Amino acid sequence: MLSLENIHTHYGKIEALHGVSVEVNEGEIVSLIGANGAGKTTLLMTICGDPQASAGRVLFQGEDITHKPTSDIMRSGIAIAPEGRRVFPGLTVEENLHMGGFFTSKDEIRRNQKHVFELFPRLAERKNQRAGTMSGGEQQMLAIGRALMAKPRMMILDEPSLGLAPLIIGQIFDIIRTLRDEGITVFLVEQNAKQALKLADRGYVLETGRIRLEDTGANLLDNEEVQQAYLGG
Amino acid sequence: MVARNFGHALFCAMITLIISYPIVGFDLVFTGLSLELQQVEAGTIAGILLAVAAVFVFQLFRPAIMGTLARLVGLNPLANRPPMEQNKRLKLERGALTIIVLLALIWPFMASRGAVDLATLVLIYVILALGLNVVVGLAGLLDLGYVAFYAVGAYTFGLLSQYLGVSFWVALPLGALLAALFGFVLGFPVLRLRGDYLAIVTLGFGEIIRIVLNNLTSITGGPNGIGGIPDPTLFGMEFGRRVKEEGNASFHEVFNLPYESVHKVIFLYLITLVLAVFTLVVIRRLIRMPVGRSWEALREDEIAARSLGLSRTAVKLSAFTIGAFFAGFAGTIFASKQGFISPESFVFLESAIILAIVVLGGMGSQIGVILAAIAVTILPELAREFSEYRMLIFGAAMVMMMVWRPQGLLPMRRIHVQLNRLE
Repeated sequence: MLSLENIHTHYGKIEALHGVSVEVNEGEIVSLIGANGAGKTTLLMTICGDPQASAGRVLFQGEDITHKPTSDIMRSGIAIAPEGRRVFPGLTVEENLHMGGFFTSKDEIRRNQKHVFELFPRLAERKNQRAGTMSGGEQQMLAIGRALMAKPRMMILDEPSLGLAPLIIGQIFDIIRTLRDEGITVFLVEQNAKQALKLADRGYVLETGRIRLEDTGANLLDNEEVQQAYLGG
Repeated sequence: MVARNFGHALFCAMITLIISYPIVGFDLVFTGLSLELQQVEAGTIAGILLAVAAVFVFQLFRPAIMGTLARLVGLNPLANRPPMEQNKRLKLERGALTIIVLLALIWPFMASRGAVDLATLVLIYVILALGLNVVVGLAGLLDLGYVAFYAVGAYTFGLLSQYLGVSFWVALPLGALLAALFGFVLGFPVLRLRGDYLAIVTLGFGEIIRIVLNNLTSITGGPNGIGGIPDPTLFGMEFGRRVKEEGNASFHEVFNLPYESVHKVIFLYLITLVLAVFTLVVIRRLIRMPVGRSWEALREDEIAARSLGLSRTAVKLSAFTIGAFFAGFAGTIFASKQGFISPESFVFLESAIILAIVVLGGMGSQIGVILAAIAVTILPELAREFSEYRMLIFGAAMVMMMVWRPQGLLPMRRIHVQLNRLE
């Protein structure tokens, strides 16, 4: 569904990604793990077209999106719950969700919002509360909910567990599984390697701008190198 | 508590003395060819000492005084009221606006010529502030060079009338469109900028426009400006005593009225009122449309807005263009009202005043901005007797606002988009 072919990305003269290839098939959960500065976020940003790849191709549903403007890419069936959640703090929960459905019809907004409230009953309780006043976990739910409002075929999650309590992380990962069961392809970028690999059908390990390992989630969990480097031995 | 404040109070009193005594306490007097420093009379010195004492006492009992003031605010029955329901509030707002507009329509026929003239100026500032409110209050782009678009509107009319004899009604849309074009063009280089950087670039742009107008002497007349800009006509009727242009009739002859110069002033006022209402209504509608929501999304979080597929380019350019469009309107009216324009009318201070109106009114709130425009334009006029202290009063008002109502007079309450039967 999404494939990155030998992607190179530069920030000015510095090359952050040195030929990365990643394949995400329809209906999968694919996890990308890596340490700080490995290039995880850069990889996601390249998919979104900001910065654009300096070499290589990004294909989404067979279409080359490498040099499309960000706004077009984000309207073509990919949605992202960005790192640090980035909900609109001054808007209410409901308004945040409506922003997510900016390019859909009113009917669809109504339908999708109902669906999001089923997935996250917590958001329904707080729909008139300002997003900035909610807890981190609730904001993460809102960020995912907002991304869902665009009815994406594929969902990218950038560090959804960042700064959350273990109990909440569990809830978020349960939701990710539910999303997959509903037919949404998930590309998950995480530092929380153990949880991310447990959940994933397949996984990639990114190190200093290169894919180091690539295998099924279960195999990576058992891999000695991964255990040493990311799972604390 | 008093003991703890004593040192601080003493310090503040000293500062007051150090600042005020050298400035107020001496006079420069010419004796023959040389300048001499003279002590001022004892009354002034006493005044300074009184001020120092006042500062000392205030700082000494500051917690108590501020506490009492805070309680005073609490006594206001309107302060702690729960917010009104949205539908009710919208209705009330609409009702209030309608009444204000109706009053504004009738009022000039009873008021003096000077008052109507001042009211026209107020309305021009209302249009400007509503326009800038789109850029600063809604889209969150700090624009310090807004006056440039005002100048573009004014000079479009000035130049067109001077060289091509174009009338007010033709120049009005042209001025606005040209200003919008300038807004659009300025939008491009500043697309990637935010916050302070954006402010600096727009500030520079405002100055560039003014300096170009000042130095393009062969076309704009430079600092001498452009004079003889015609007044608006009403279906070809002029408001002067004698008709200037052939083929036009004069208003007082057609309606068989005795000539009165106030007709012209009232007419211009009414035009400005209509345009101000037009501006208000258009922007009110825009806020509720997707473009308005995209401005707010961009203000709240640019990255998040982009992640939802909003185009940063389109959103920013639309805000700049629409804001500039209304400044162009205001500029055309201004040129017509004054009959004479020069670069001096479009200095940075104007931008600062318009921005102050938006901030005082409460960013994004339309009623607040209108009230602030009225206050900021009329207060200095009312305080003409103390003209020397006008800026001082203005500054003090600003400081007090920031202390007691940092969110502005009437902060914006956003309108929730409501979907029917959404449960």
